[in-house]
Amino acid sequence: MDAKTWKNPIIAWVDKRLPIFTMMQHDLVDYPTPRNLNYWWNFGSLAGIVLVIMIATGVVLAMHYTPHTQHAFESVERIMRDVNYGWLLRYLHMNGASMFFIVVYIHMFRGLYYGSYKAPRELLWQIGVIILLAMMATAFMGYVLPWGQMSYWGAKVITNLFSAIPLVGDAIVTWLWGGFAVDNPTLNRFFALHYLLPFLLFALVFLHLVALHTSKSNNPLGIDVKGPQDTIPFTPYYTVKDMFGLGAFLIFYLAFVFFAPNFFGEPDNYIKANPMQTPPHIVPEWYFLPFYAILRAITFDILFIPAKLLGVIAMFAAVLVLLFLPWLDRSAVRSARFRPIYKQVFWLFVADCILLGVVGGHPPEGVWVPLGQAATAFYFAFFLVIMPLLSFIERPRPLPSSISAAVTGKGVGISAHGVAE
Amino acid sequence: MADSTLASPHAADDEETRRDFLLIATSTVAAVGTAFAAWPFIDSLNPARDTLAVAITGVDLSPIAVGQAITVIWQGKPVFIRHRTAAEITAARDVNVDQLPDPQPDSARVEKPEWLVVVGVCTHLGCIPLGQRPTDAKGDYGGWFCPCHGSHYDSSGRIRKGPAPANLAVPPYRFLDDNRIEIG
Ligand code: HEM
Ligand code: FES
Repeated sequence: MDAKTWKNPIIAWVDKRLPIFTMMQHDLVDYPTPRNLNYWWNFGSLAGIVLVIMIATGVVLAMHYTPHTQHAFESVERIMRDVNYGWLLRYLHMNGASMFFIVVYIHMFRGLYYGSYKAPRELLWQIGVIILLAMMATAFMGYVLPWGQMSYWGAKVITNLFSAIPLVGDAIVTWLWGGFAVDNPTLNRFFALHYLLPFLLFALVFLHLVALHTSKSNNPLGIDVKGPQDTIPFTPYYTVKDMFGLGAFLIFYLAFVFFAPNFFGEPDNYIKANPMQTPPHIVPEWYFLPFYAILRAITFDILFIPAKLLGVIAMFAAVLVLLFLPWLDRSAVRSARFRPIYKQVFWLFVADCILLGVVGGHPPEGVWVPLGQAATAFYFAFFLVIMPLLSFIERPRPLPSSISAAVTGKGVGISAHGVAE
Repeated sequence: MADSTLASPHAADDEETRRDFLLIATSTVAAVGTAFAAWPFIDSLNPARDTLAVAITGVDLSPIAVGQAITVIWQGKPVFIRHRTAAEITAARDVNVDQLPDPQPDSARVEKPEWLVVVGVCTHLGCIPLGQRPTDAKGDYGGWFCPCHGSHYDSSGRIRKGPAPANLAVPPYRFLDDNRIEIG
């Protein structure tokens, strides 16, 4: 980090003692970025902005919200009807949660396609997986707060998953609830944790960025930066591109907020929680559906392990398997552009995830059961069988000699439209 | 393209360029947009509609005998309603208004002379003055006495002595009939 001399004496004074301005210059302005990043690289900065929007709207909502079973539902209705712009803040927060998952899932598929999890970015990827877990916990507990029917029964079903743990399962569930049912103590602690976790997320995102700026950005070609001719400074080139992406994203996000605010929601959650009556068809939020499908796919015992426990293990394994991805995929080539077979299997995997989502939204009856089981089998086969196998049987296409050679059309092995892709 | 990407986006000399104009215009739009977006967050902290809806309080005066006082809650604050005696009314009128710290004639502070309605919040730092109950200290001027830092109010609720800068506020209210008022 070359010490830059700042013209403004106050900035210079502060920077000498606490080099935040040098750091900002280094990481947000000068940061040498591969010159060939496409729009799939916008989603990281979008996720960061969504996190800030969630914290801003959440903190203001919390000023009007009451975490008590007797008042929670009413306080949310009061936010909707009486608090100035309360409807806007709540709809921003509610739809923001869905946007967060859309953005982060795209961000992850990007990493999967371009091999961004491979050396030297393994830890960067793993921090990402932890961020996903923290997001899931945050969203789950947030959904409980309005204390509607889906809030209540969702909380009940998900916390009951832990009862599958042998011997101590029931004790753990009682501990999670702070009682013998999902009740006021549960709501109280969920609110405290829902407030806490986003700040933990913020810290994790910071670590994610430190790791990123240490190993530097990957790129659509998946080859290493070989020198300054392969990069451009982050500012203005990618600041402008990120801002353009933000504009497009905000149009998408706000279209839901203003014109279809309950599109992602469940009408049942506008009915106050009733511990004496389960709604006929309970489903989690859309972003949990693929995992819910995996949970329900295991309908059979294996040896002495009961189906209930296996389902829970499979569901958690579906996320945790991502932590091992850098070592399951041994191919030396990062980008799917140069991996003819992987490129196809990747899209099958995307389709599989969508299929799991669809299955998760249907009651576990008829064709949905075998379909869910097949999709679950493919999900795990993709990571545990196909990835390791492809590393050996696939013959990658020749890589361009450098990023600059490729983008100026002098590269080897890329098609004419390879640059625009 | 190869060489243009490495060139600085800024003009080589210090002259203004189209790029500078675009930068300033875009930043301005972004700043104005952010300010607009901030407003719902700020305004949400103002009183909500249900809070405003309970901002009017009706009071039945008939049970209050001459010389008695009651305290009602209006917008979360105490309001003192005193059914003044003839002596108190005279005392309130019999002052040299110009000599008061916050000059105001008694007639400007009441709708009907028998009824004094004031917000019971000391204008110094917000304590509730004593003087409502018969056993309370009423201060040197027969009105109210604020125990926090020693402000004395008279029987018109005007500040006479002590650190408070202003008279006890008169809330907006009207008589619905002889025995009922509506505050707010
Ligand atoms: C990681 C970021 C966050 C996510 C993914 C998230 C997710 C959610 C979700 C899904 C809901 C339920 C929405 C509904 O059905 O109404 C919710 C509600 C809520 N959240 Fe968050 N949240 C986040 C950050 C925060 C923060 C930082 C705070 C406060 C500091 C907060 C405070 C609240 C409150 C008070 C509610 C209940 C009011 C309501 O239902 O709208 N959230 N959150
Ligand atoms: S608050 Fe009443 S005298 Fe200071």
